[in-house]
Amino acid sequence: MSDPATKGMSMIQALNSALDVMLARDSTVVALGEDVGYFGGVFRVTEGLQRKYGTQRVLDTPIAEGGIIGAAIGMAVNGLRPVAEIQFADYIYPAYDQIVSELARLRYRSGGAYTAPVTIRTPCGGGIRGGQTHSQSPEGVFAHVSGLQTVMPSNPYDAKGLLIAAIESDDPVIFFEPKRLYNGPFDGDPQQPATSWADHPLAEVPEGYYSVPIGQAAIRKAGEALTVVTYGTMVHVCLAAAAHTGIDAEIIDLRSMVPLDMDTIATSVEKTGRCLIAHEATRFAGFGAELSASIQERCFWSLEAPIVRVAGWDTPYPHAFEWEYFPGKVRVARALQELAQTVS
Amino acid sequence: MTPQLYVPTVPARPGDTPDFSYVQVSAAGEIARPSPAATVAETASLAETLIRVLDESGQACGPWNPGLDPDQLRKGLELMLRTRIFDDSMQRRQRQGKITFYMRSYGEEAVSVAAAMALLADDMLFPSYRNQGLFLTRGVSLVDLMCQLLSNTRDMCKGRQLPVMYHSGERKIFSISGNLATQFPQAVGWAMAAAIKGELNVAAAWMGEGSAAEADFHHALLFAKVYRAPVILNVVNNQWAISTFQGYAGGEQRSFAARGPGVGVAGLRVDGNDFLAVYAATAWAAERARAGHGATLIEWVTYRAGAHSTSDDPTRYRPREEFSQWPLGDPVDRLKRHLCALGHWDEKAHQELIHSLEEEVAGAWRDAIAYGSLSEGVRLDPHLMFTDVYKDIPPHLQAQSAALAKELREISAETGVRSP
Repeated sequence: MSDPATKGMSMIQALNSALDVMLARDSTVVALGEDVGYFGGVFRVTEGLQRKYGTQRVLDTPIAEGGIIGAAIGMAVNGLRPVAEIQFADYIYPAYDQIVSELARLRYRSGGAYTAPVTIRTPCGGGIRGGQTHSQSPEGVFAHVSGLQTVMPSNPYDAKGLLIAAIESDDPVIFFEPKRLYNGPFDGDPQQPATSWADHPLAEVPEGYYSVPIGQAAIRKAGEALTVVTYGTMVHVCLAAAAHTGIDAEIIDLRSMVPLDMDTIATSVEKTGRCLIAHEATRFAGFGAELSASIQERCFWSLEAPIVRVAGWDTPYPHAFEWEYFPGKVRVARALQELAQTVS
Repeated sequence: MTPQLYVPTVPARPGDTPDFSYVQVSAAGEIARPSPAATVAETASLAETLIRVLDESGQACGPWNPGLDPDQLRKGLELMLRTRIFDDSMQRRQRQGKITFYMRSYGEEAVSVAAAMALLADDMLFPSYRNQGLFLTRGVSLVDLMCQLLSNTRDMCKGRQLPVMYHSGERKIFSISGNLATQFPQAVGWAMAAAIKGELNVAAAWMGEGSAAEADFHHALLFAKVYRAPVILNVVNNQWAISTFQGYAGGEQRSFAARGPGVGVAGLRVDGNDFLAVYAATAWAAERARAGHGATLIEWVTYRAGAHSTSDDPTRYRPREEFSQWPLGDPVDRLKRHLCALGHWDEKAHQELIHSLEEEVAGAWRDAIAYGSLSEGVRLDPHLMFTDVYKDIPPHLQAQSAALAKELREISAETGVRSP
């Protein structure tokens, strides 16, 4: 069931619309977090929701990430569907114990007697001169934890559909929002003026209810020469780098890290024989390592070249060297060219 | 009637008349000053009152009057004004695009300046991001602070931190974190080490009242109580944590200072805009700590007169004119009135001081900008990114550094722009 009326939305508006739709549809949905209520969130994602749904359903909270997630678990156990915001992913670590030891394992350790359908929304990634405490991409440390679903949309359409799916899911979801994409796509070149989502096909978003299934990747561009597996901001960077090089890349936007859509990836890599993995997070033991291992297990006999990873360097995210750190168009383009030329 | 979730009341929102009736104010001079060796029980009432020295007419009253000489008072006024003029200037530089981000301490200058003056040079300070007065009082130069703000070739943080996340190894001021409250248990640990080593130095840490919600605040209080650590834990209650009113941190009908006696640590609630009260209460807590009587939690009641940061717009969530109605006034004006009442200051001297400080800040900016900025002039070597991750650069980071060098050469070949 979907509503045919669509509207151009930024990612912020699409996320707001998802929350609005779910608060209206399901009286058990509540939203909570720092600055989330009256103010509408520091990125405006929850703007207007407290006015519309009241202070019993859209809650400002103390500045205590561990408290927010612990309380969200308790609410969920008592029949609500909380959507908790952690203001920046860089600030999620005080809640790590509640997420890893409690939220992720509650169903398992209680033999299914207790479950906590909590959605944790959190802005991630760099590109806004946020320095080391407003730029991190910690999806890898959550993807590593059994019992969590890990999601990161790259456009307004997916953002709304995935957030609705996350809220409806009976298992917890860590929902990463690439903050550089909130107001427009970003091809990785900081010298170019910022673009908005206006006129982008994936910013044409149904106003009503629909969902995008968790665990299903999308092919953003079909191609024959090689496969790019990526997600979040890097989807746009990889599209731009492929266009820049003229290499006929097939670009897969994972959308979900856990569960992982290995079928879409394997079908593509078996076709092209070459694979580049790109993410903004640090490289060492990052999510790309899991992708690389899984792809070679499944596609080894189809590979014509070693799998290549492009990622952030293995350092904290530095304020002054943001663009030297960020895996931008040049780094991706060079990797694409080298991969395309590798002779087996 | 069905039960409802209680939600803290915010006294005034945009368009409302400011309402500070919730702020409990005591008269200047009326609160007794117990010995710094007093038991926690003997100090418990201090957590519920408001220690004040300066009255409305600028007279210093009562047992907490620290009895500072005119030179010290003038020094305090000058340091608060230097902080304010520096803040205002850097805010303008951010608006001009010269620096990426800034956070002023407008209205809270006394909390940092008077505390740093009351402590000894070897006491260790663990600031939050709104304590620039600590740095200026300890003698860190304006140029050094500005170079950090500019992330330039003389940046003490080597380009790695957001603006205002300073430190000073030489002046014993710890590295500021963007993550809230983390410095509180660290300061307690520093103080525990001083006790283990048999040294007399104390530690002091600052956080906003909003951060008192974090678990680290509670860890700090507990460790301070258990080990009777020589530490001063300062909660700067400036009423607002971005848009979150202090009631959401637990401040409704309950002082933050009261959490001290609750755990077993002395607690003082103090007028944070009263320079003399800040000095006196800090000196009391330092004497208590140094003599082995343990930690003090101090709540400084003040008001964040400016925005949270240059990314914030407070007119969206609080009345524009709140500061003008704030019952504890402006810390600069109040110390100035006191000095004038004593006959040690006048309007002409005040204006001359402001003028010379503006010149000083402008001159420092000219010096600082000569070392470059993110957008113009010389830049830091990007390969500094790979140093200090560890003491020595491990092989995988050496390889990444080499890969970046190659990438930058390609970019400069392609664009004609010289790589930094």
